[in-house]
Amino acid sequence: MEENRFVGKGIVKKDADALLSGKPVYADDLAPEHCLIVKLLRSPHAHALIKEIKTDIAKKVPGIEAIYTYKDVPRGRFTKAGQTFPEPSPDDRQILDDRVRYVGDPVAIVAGEDELCVDRALKMIKVTYEVLEPLLDFTKSKDNPIIIHPEDNFVAKEGNGTDASRNLCASQSRGEGDVDKVLSECDYVVEEVYHTKAVNQAMMEPFTAFASKDIYGRIKITSSTQIPFHVRRIVARALNISKSRVRVVKPRIGGGFGAKQTAVCEIYPAFVSYMTGKPSKIVYTREDCFVDGSPRHEMQMSVRIGADKEGRIRAIDLHTLSNTGAFGEHGPTTVDLTGTKSISLYRNLDAFRFSSEVVYTNVLSAGAYRGYGATQGLFAVESAVNELAHKMNLDPTILREKNIVKEGDHLANYYGQSTESCALDVCMEKVKEMIGWEEKYPYVKTGPHTVRAVGMALSMQGSGIEHCDVGSVQIKLNDDGFYTLMVGCSDMGTGCDTVLSQMAADGLGCEYDNIIVRGVDTDQSPYDSGSYASSTTYVTGQAVVRACEKMKQRICEEAAALMNLSAKEVEFDGWLISEKENPDNFMKLDDLVTRLQAGSGSIIAVTQSYSGEVSPPPFMAGAAEVEIDLQTGKITPIDYVAVVDCGTVINSNLARVQTEGGIVQGIGMALYEDIQYTPEGKLRNRNFINYKIPTRLDMGQVRVDFASSYEKTGPYGAKSIGEVVINTPSPAIADAVYNGTGLRFRTLPITSEKVFVGLQEKKGNEE
Amino acid sequence: MQIELYINEKKVQAEIRPNMMLLEFLRSRGIRSVKQGCDTGSCGLCTVWVDEKPVLSCGMPAARVQGRHVTTLEGVQEEAEEFSRFLAQEGADQCGYCSPGLIMNVLALKRELPHPTAEQVKEYLAGNLCRCTGYQSQYRALEKYFELEGGN
Repeated sequence: MEENRFVGKGIVKKDADALLSGKPVYADDLAPEHCLIVKLLRSPHAHALIKEIKTDIAKKVPGIEAIYTYKDVPRGRFTKAGQTFPEPSPDDRQILDDRVRYVGDPVAIVAGEDELCVDRALKMIKVTYEVLEPLLDFTKSKDNPIIIHPEDNFVAKEGNGTDASRNLCASQSRGEGDVDKVLSECDYVVEEVYHTKAVNQAMMEPFTAFASKDIYGRIKITSSTQIPFHVRRIVARALNISKSRVRVVKPRIGGGFGAKQTAVCEIYPAFVSYMTGKPSKIVYTREDCFVDGSPRHEMQMSVRIGADKEGRIRAIDLHTLSNTGAFGEHGPTTVDLTGTKSISLYRNLDAFRFSSEVVYTNVLSAGAYRGYGATQGLFAVESAVNELAHKMNLDPTILREKNIVKEGDHLANYYGQSTESCALDVCMEKVKEMIGWEEKYPYVKTGPHTVRAVGMALSMQGSGIEHCDVGSVQIKLNDDGFYTLMVGCSDMGTGCDTVLSQMAADGLGCEYDNIIVRGVDTDQSPYDSGSYASSTTYVTGQAVVRACEKMKQRICEEAAALMNLSAKEVEFDGWLISEKENPDNFMKLDDLVTRLQAGSGSIIAVTQSYSGEVSPPPFMAGAAEVEIDLQTGKITPIDYVAVVDCGTVINSNLARVQTEGGIVQGIGMALYEDIQYTPEGKLRNRNFINYKIPTRLDMGQVRVDFASSYEKTGPYGAKSIGEVVINTPSPAIADAVYNGTGLRFRTLPITSEKVFVGLQEKKGNEE
Repeated sequence: MQIELYINEKKVQAEIRPNMMLLEFLRSRGIRSVKQGCDTGSCGLCTVWVDEKPVLSCGMPAARVQGRHVTTLEGVQEEAEEFSRFLAQEGADQCGYCSPGLIMNVLALKRELPHPTAEQVKEYLAGNLCRCTGYQSQYRALEKYFELEGGN
């Protein structure tokens, strides 16, 4: 294979200069100065019917343009989940509804000339509610007399086991072998229940979108979104207009992490501009982002796992109960990953079972968050594996060495797929070495009442969704031989514009700066499902590889015609098109373009798309070292070590930063972050004071290395990296805390307060 | 009410609402590097300098900058170049949304303490949140910029 000039290198991001000099490149920076300000009146009740809503006085506030209630919006239901159509998520929403299902559920849309008048009008809308008893405990949701979606126009999608009359957003069960029988034969069995909480993505840029009518009377939406093409469809469905009348533009995005894989806010300004014909914008406050965001699904997972006395894991039984909240966005699909991406880490199981139920409650709708269910499932299964090892008096890494998947293995619960690229064993070996496992496991005493303990966990994810996600790119050849790379995937800060440009530069054999990358405008960009499910590098990357091949072929064809040769008789080295038999006979690329643009041939532009037959999993091993104060319970992250197998690393800097960022988000989930509600269903933590994401003082040190396999279905051998990196901190830290204190935490987050209480109880029991 | 101040060394007279915060005022004047990331003074995204000291512009009434010098990233582009380059070379810009606030605080630190220790850097920047990077790549850039030894 030829040496790559750009793939594999730590190339600086294409947009670095603009971002780092503070240029106006985000949605709110670009909104027209005099557009209507849109805000939402939100329900103060977790469950209620709107009996009467009076807007006449509020409409008289000077500057108010319009106020809309459920009476003004189309009646059909849709979903805001950004997924390939027909979305698996049920159609259970209207823009506004006469039934409110969580505290914060929009009741009215107010648009006015400035914030001041809109805020005044919001206070003057009079709503009479019939307050209903809320259903807040997701373990009691199924078959509860309180029904969240009794409406007759609710649309369930096929094959998801949805039953709104039972509050079931989705349900399923599958498996292989007789799991009960195999477990009964096992010498060691662990049976426990694990509980992960809803957590907020907390991307730094809040949900933001603005809308206007374009010169053809169409609705143009500029949105901070991961899913421009899905937003086009979602808005068209919500407004009940033709998709041809909607255009979506994605500027730079200030982070997404899955939050912006739901069209959280776009429908509101879209509706306002559709109705008024005037430009309008909505910018969520941080409080809005908490109260009306799209957090990770809270889940309760019951795990049974058994091994024989030689340490061979023989069976895993996982049942996941997921809380989708008031609406089913991403409900049926997130839960699936709790089983596919956890059970499949272990080879040669005699049996497994994976069943799940997703239920509605009166809390805010959950959504997509990096890891997308795998994070929850891996906390449960990896914790159970750690517990099993302790029960067997085995070092957990030894138990894993005997059981983890190897290259070529059939994956237990992964739609019949095998892994053809897997360096998980190398990842684990390296991680042990980097953290100093042999010296530190289970713990080292560091002071009169402090210990430093280590814990480990493994992770896998997918690379796009096979037979579903589509990435496509268009490459145009321009004057002087520079290329425009049109992409439909959303760079949300991850750097996919850069990564795809690196691939294109190597694919075309040109300078990196010769690639101009452009995304995303649904009127101009080729169709792409969007940036989610760890798909851009792998799926859209393959589209780039194919488009480059096609481009080179077209260049040869056009040049050969001008040279009176056949395309087979010439070759292209990135700059010269030369006759194979007579290299002195050549044409330069810029001369070719000049001639094509002067009418001697066809202008060259190629479009290629790709959809995977498989979703090859990236793998990772992570180990945590934490210090625990045995008097106060204080947990201090000291060191986190990760080794990732993402196939070929396309951009060494960006892959590393993805990993570090994912780990610190994972540490937040493990130790600090917890969306909580009052007994009435009101969200308690609505800001960064009450909802604590890790600061630079809370994360210790993170060290990352790579153990690359080569994925032959991937671009340049690459797999994904974006999500696999968030999954290990919770189970690894939970086991480190156990190794240091003997306390097992099966509910997240593992706060110092909980450790303190646990230590006190333990002390009481011992005395 | 009317105020008079200097924004990036340019004298400005403006009519403001008495309860207007500096953040809103600056953005309304087209200074878009200043970002709002929270409602509670917790994230550091809106950091600007008032008389060369870093402040959270979301928490400072615009009326209080009467007669004072406000500096934003737009006004220190050259001074910011070196550190920005270090960030870019690590891929630490990521989504970029927290970068202006971080850079303003880093430059203020450099002016205040040209040779800080790793601990001082950490403490000084503790109020600058970032959700993309996990801070580690920022440290690599900071180590180079401040020529820290060993560092993190």
